[in-house]
Amino acid sequence: MPFIPHTDQDVQKMLDVIGVDSIDDLFDEIPEHLRAKPMDGIPEGLNEMAMMRVLSERAQQDDGALCFIGAGAYEHHIPAAVWSTAMRGEFLTAYTPYQAEASQGTLQLIYEYQTMMCQITGLDVSNASLYDGASGLAEAVLMAIRANRKSKSKKVLLAGSVHPLYRKVVNDIVSNQGITLDTLPLNTQDLCIEHEALSQFESQDYAALVIAQPNFFGTLEDVNTLTNWGQNHGMLVIGVVNPMAMAMLAPPGEWGDNGADIAVGEGQPLGLPLASGGPYFGFVCCKQKLVRQMPGRIIGRTVDLEGKEGFTLTLQAREQHIRRSKATSNICTNQGLAVTAATVYLTLLGFNGLLKVAQASHHNTNLLVSKLQGISGVTIRSPKTVFHEFVIELDRNVSEVIELMAEQGVLGGFDLTDYYAELGNCLLVCVTEVKTESDLDLFVDALKRALQEGAVKC
Amino acid sequence: MLIFENGSKGRNATSQIPQNVSEDTNLPSEFLRTSIADLPEVSELQTVRHFTNLSRKNFSIDTQFYPLGSCTMKYNPRGAQQAASLPGFLSRHPFAPESYSQGYLSCVYDLQQTLKEVTGMAGVSLSPMAGAQGEFAGVAMIKAYHDGRKDFERTEIIVPEAAHGTNPATAVMCGYKVKEVPVRADGDVDLEALKAAVGPQTAGIMMTNPSTCGVFERQIEEIAKTVHDAGGLLYYDGANLNAILGKVRPGDMGFDVLHMNLHKTFATPHGGGGPGSGPVAVGERLLPYLPTPMADCKKSESGTVSYHWVDEKELPETIGRLSAFMGNAGIVLRAYIYAVLLGRDGLLRVGENSTLSANYMAKLMSDAGFKLAYEDRRATHEFIVTMSKQAKELDVTAMDFAKRLLDYGYHAPTTYFPLLVPECLLIEPTETESIDEIEGFVKAMIAIQKEAETSPEKLKGAPFTQPVRRLDDVKAARELDVAYQKVME
Repeated sequence: MPFIPHTDQDVQKMLDVIGVDSIDDLFDEIPEHLRAKPMDGIPEGLNEMAMMRVLSERAQQDDGALCFIGAGAYEHHIPAAVWSTAMRGEFLTAYTPYQAEASQGTLQLIYEYQTMMCQITGLDVSNASLYDGASGLAEAVLMAIRANRKSKSKKVLLAGSVHPLYRKVVNDIVSNQGITLDTLPLNTQDLCIEHEALSQFESQDYAALVIAQPNFFGTLEDVNTLTNWGQNHGMLVIGVVNPMAMAMLAPPGEWGDNGADIAVGEGQPLGLPLASGGPYFGFVCCKQKLVRQMPGRIIGRTVDLEGKEGFTLTLQAREQHIRRSKATSNICTNQGLAVTAATVYLTLLGFNGLLKVAQASHHNTNLLVSKLQGISGVTIRSPKTVFHEFVIELDRNVSEVIELMAEQGVLGGFDLTDYYAELGNCLLVCVTEVKTESDLDLFVDALKRALQEGAVKC
Repeated sequence: MLIFENGSKGRNATSQIPQNVSEDTNLPSEFLRTSIADLPEVSELQTVRHFTNLSRKNFSIDTQFYPLGSCTMKYNPRGAQQAASLPGFLSRHPFAPESYSQGYLSCVYDLQQTLKEVTGMAGVSLSPMAGAQGEFAGVAMIKAYHDGRKDFERTEIIVPEAAHGTNPATAVMCGYKVKEVPVRADGDVDLEALKAAVGPQTAGIMMTNPSTCGVFERQIEEIAKTVHDAGGLLYYDGANLNAILGKVRPGDMGFDVLHMNLHKTFATPHGGGGPGSGPVAVGERLLPYLPTPMADCKKSESGTVSYHWVDEKELPETIGRLSAFMGNAGIVLRAYIYAVLLGRDGLLRVGENSTLSANYMAKLMSDAGFKLAYEDRRATHEFIVTMSKQAKELDVTAMDFAKRLLDYGYHAPTTYFPLLVPECLLIEPTETESIDEIEGFVKAMIAIQKEAETSPEKLKGAPFTQPVRRLDDVKAARELDVAYQKVME
């Protein structure tokens, strides 16, 4: 059912005007032997009703569990007005705002988004967003290398407490450009950066330092000390932050004596559904002096020829469609619709609402930690300073426990053993504002039962 | 009015604020925020009204004909939006165990299979999040292939001068130098120049076919042979795949690797500039390097099929990960649903009818006196009109025509791309626009041409009917204002 409006008469009229006998004649510049054979491997098309039946059955298979997984994607309540507004056809089916006069809706919205992200991170400038938090971090690393005037180094120092998949994505994107990434080691007791190890990196020249707040384990890092240390050693400091947490925690612009230079992170907590990992959006904010090294679209406010306020794409001389091989990045889009949803979300919540969501998530997390104290086979590994995630050590294989909990309809968390073998059998658990106390009790029961069943199986 | 100018201290959308929240925290005060983020303070109605009114200042496919060349602005089926928004899909965590992932995994797997069939390639990964990231993945695989053969001398990527700007920018991001080759007056690549350009330093060539000139590259087999003989690989930029869907496959033309734009060919919404999705497909020799994650399936002895993720453990030579999770997972899902709706015959008819519509529109424009840039060639799914005569004789530019079209209720075509055709408009009607819309657009162009001859100020001052007139881009860049600063009272 290909959504083609042409009737047989329309087709005939068009062929007559063009002056050919058949549609196939329009492909006569393609060598005959290259023409494709019928695509037998693809099924026949379905109408909408039949399609909905198939897709509903598939969606049903993944539905219905109580989710305590975080690890970079977080379940928050999404107000109904967020997507009913963002899904308006004028937002959903517009393209990149090249024709500014006919795109003022999208352009003003992104300007408002940029303003909100600057407020949240405490920095001066935001771009219009990048693909996701991890690829955004890769772009921030490239940006810092271009922007650091004190250092010609192509080496960057990443904290071992930054999301392991973010570190992998950064490596896989920047390594082709001859950039070296070194890792600041983890203190496996406190689940944050090992400060004792800092001195061993002081003799080397690094362009940038990447730290996360809260870090991958949900633990708070001493970002003030780390930011000062990095900047005192000639590095630009990049903070990877959860925007929701920034309502409660000091934002990157206020870290240390001078503030971090660049903030980057995953925008998903701001009104985007988990949806298997995307589409989300990556935000990047920076100090004013770095703006010309910023990757991606930026919207500016200006006036039209009658002096009326309007919005337009600006600083385009950084971008691929102008600079080609000399552009700051090959990126040509942002995550427009995701940003639209996040902007509506932030407007509905305001700072007060955002703070309440963060506090409720934090409070529920502490409540679950207290409920897990003293359970046989469970050790709380996190220190007391966590935001809305924490680590527990189990006395059995984590992936088995996760499966046994899933059989009870509870998704227990993220298995850390693949990425941090040195921690032992550890599970990363997340609690947000959507969980009630009885949900937490279900988690505790499911975990206890899984540990007992695991013991029986052994 | 900006949303920030719209609120009152202490106002909020009360229904959205969590209740009975404890403000107690065990966190040390040095970690806590003391400043206030100056976010809007408005009611739920004010929020909805503000953004609804903003939306009305946009042109969109839902409201206007949007013939933006090379962007494939076709109808985005609502069925795909609705099915992708089923609760089971929206609530699935990217790290959900496979026992709670079979529904989504089966869609990923089936789309991989469909795209292999459409492109004639051996393997597909859906993880790149946009066309530009697909390009990056593709060129990174070319590099991994040469490196895997210890062939480190290949330092150059060849790009025809008509190429999209992302092609050279991508090559540089992968550590390559860019060598441009010229395009002949008939829109095809200058084969002799290409032969002179290739050598032991050639890693590969990046091409679009149909090209950005809106014509099919007729020498594609000689180009493939030339580059392959020199030891390089062929990269296919799938920007224009809509034109050839079901008619000719990149794999059969000799390409080794390609990306597709699901937000073009597979009708996922453009969303005001994203999210898109740029899957990559490869031939046999690049299979080990595909980016992860991908979906695969196993059949048990009892015949039940189960799906699982393929990661770097199973594919050790992969170029790796481009996103923390599974790319733009929800866009992949919408594209899959589009493919389910169309099926094999529907997909074939897309290529046929997008080409039919573009050729009809080009003929009407040509008959009306407009100059086609490649008038001796068949149009593909798009075509180029050049306004250089109007610029010279009437002092009105392609941009003036574009802006005046907005007053007639049509979104402008792509302007000034490709760069090698002066004063050009790149026009792509797509298969979902009716013959009436196509004819209406041509009539508007004829009317604007008359205005250009009699009252050119109507073009030069255009648009007159939009929320703003032409904007001062120089001021925007010089007096940079990219975030609202509240004026203190």
